[in-house]
Amino acid sequence: MWSWFWFILGALYFILPLYATLEFSLQMKRDQISLLAYQKAFEDPQFIKTFTYSNVLALATILAGIVLFVPTAYWIRLRLPEARRLTEFITFLPFVVPAIILVFGLIRIYSTPVKIPFTDIELFQPLTTTHFGTNVLIVAGYMVLAMPYMYRSVDIGMRTVDVRTLTEAAQSLGANWFTIITRVILPNIRASLLSGALLTFAIVVGEVTLASFLGVNAFGPYLFLLGQHLAYQPAALSFVTFLLTWMAMGLIQLFTGGQGQAAGAH
Amino acid sequence: MTQATLSAPKKVAPASLDWKKWLGVIPFFLFAILFLILPSIRLFVGSFTNNQGRFTIDNILQLFEQKSILDAYWLSIRISAVTAIGGGILGFLLAYAVTVGGLPTPVRSALITFSGVASNFAGVPLAFAFVATLGRTGIITGILKNVFHINIYQAGFNLYSFVGLCLTYMYFQFPLMVLIMAPALDGLKREWREAAENLGATTVQYWTQVAMPILLPSILGAMILLFGNAFGAYATAYALTGGTLPIVTIQIGAQIRGDVLHNPGLGYAMAMGMVFIMAISLAGYSWLQRISERWLR
Repeated sequence: MWSWFWFILGALYFILPLYATLEFSLQMKRDQISLLAYQKAFEDPQFIKTFTYSNVLALATILAGIVLFVPTAYWIRLRLPEARRLTEFITFLPFVVPAIILVFGLIRIYSTPVKIPFTDIELFQPLTTTHFGTNVLIVAGYMVLAMPYMYRSVDIGMRTVDVRTLTEAAQSLGANWFTIITRVILPNIRASLLSGALLTFAIVVGEVTLASFLGVNAFGPYLFLLGQHLAYQPAALSFVTFLLTWMAMGLIQLFTGGQGQAAGAH
Repeated sequence: MTQATLSAPKKVAPASLDWKKWLGVIPFFLFAILFLILPSIRLFVGSFTNNQGRFTIDNILQLFEQKSILDAYWLSIRISAVTAIGGGILGFLLAYAVTVGGLPTPVRSALITFSGVASNFAGVPLAFAFVATLGRTGIITGILKNVFHINIYQAGFNLYSFVGLCLTYMYFQFPLMVLIMAPALDGLKREWREAAENLGATTVQYWTQVAMPILLPSILGAMILLFGNAFGAYATAYALTGGTLPIVTIQIGAQIRGDVLHNPGLGYAMAMGMVFIMAISLAGYSWLQRISERWLR
């Protein structure tokens, strides 16, 4: 039957590159199947450093995203439906401004002191010249890249859960705003938050464009550099990356039950 | 007797208090302005600035005049179009197989999960995976050489070329198509097929006169999205070809690292050209989505 034919074709296209990577990564010891490549890859102190750093960046992006997007989505849903179109338009913008363009603009603006236009008053120093500034810049950049997925996820979650009724109920029981957000709203949009967080994680850990142009010591540039002069370890780490992505997506499926999500650095 | 009303957050506020409503969204807008809109404006303004800092439309004109730039855009467009159409067709057939084609549910779940994974698995790891598959010492290359006695590299194939990049891009393109088309195909109601058969339609007639017209906006919209997706890709191309294939994103990358064009304004203009193409593709996708929703709610 044709359906099976197409499915098998698709499955082959999916699986072959992964299998090839796996097989290649197991061949480090001549004529033997061994995990030597994995061992060497994980032992490299640079791997630990960059991988940890990328994870920290991902965590920072997720937290900052939650802190920024959840109250905003909540406020718009409850008090300011007029802002809805504008906000949706803004969350669409990152599709039109891919990572390479974003980093281009970010570098051009933040590598010189930011002034109030038409004056000489400096607002802040160049962000790209300090570690802290660069970290701020890259987390902000990642938030922009993750915004379409994270904001939408949260927004849809709020729509499904009917935050208006929840808020009224909580208020009638005497809760203040902080309690409402942390103990009523957040728990109810758990699935959306998790799905947005996992997607952000998948985007940030493998991200190369922003990290390499901003000079950040992240996992993406490290992997690229590794591939320039080593053979087996990059294959091993690529396979590990695939497993991580699979885990993240699998968890998302688990929490949202159904539609896959597409995102990611290209 | 009046009932006590719950204090609903949304009160009818007197006009003078209107502006306070907007306070809550200030952080978000500030963030968007600082890190998305301002950089974009900087690029936009820069593309109209010449080396002396004055206004000019020369940079934009140069986009259409300088051969290397036109070639870069044309190459990017070709790669994006090929992978959009190829990925679109394969993705559609796969989505069809697990929806209308009636493959069992576990098969469908597996496909959706894997599509989610594959459409995110791009960039450096994907490039390495394809090198391990189709590179000079790749598995498929080896199988073709040792089992079928076809040496693809001798025949002129090269992974680090247009064809190779297309094959690599397809890896995240067709899963994206699957993810978009599966819900759309679900929307094809069985009643329509039954009604058509009732009126004597053959399978071919059903597909050409009922199903395809309904599905076409979805399919086209998804392909346009795929086009934009490929057009904006940087990491995969750079990791695979090392910057030797002069697509627009790689040119812009080179321009960021050092002013290879000897004209910053031109670099900004190239970036703007790219944003323009992405904007058109996104607008096209949005419009086609709206049309398709008429039938496929």
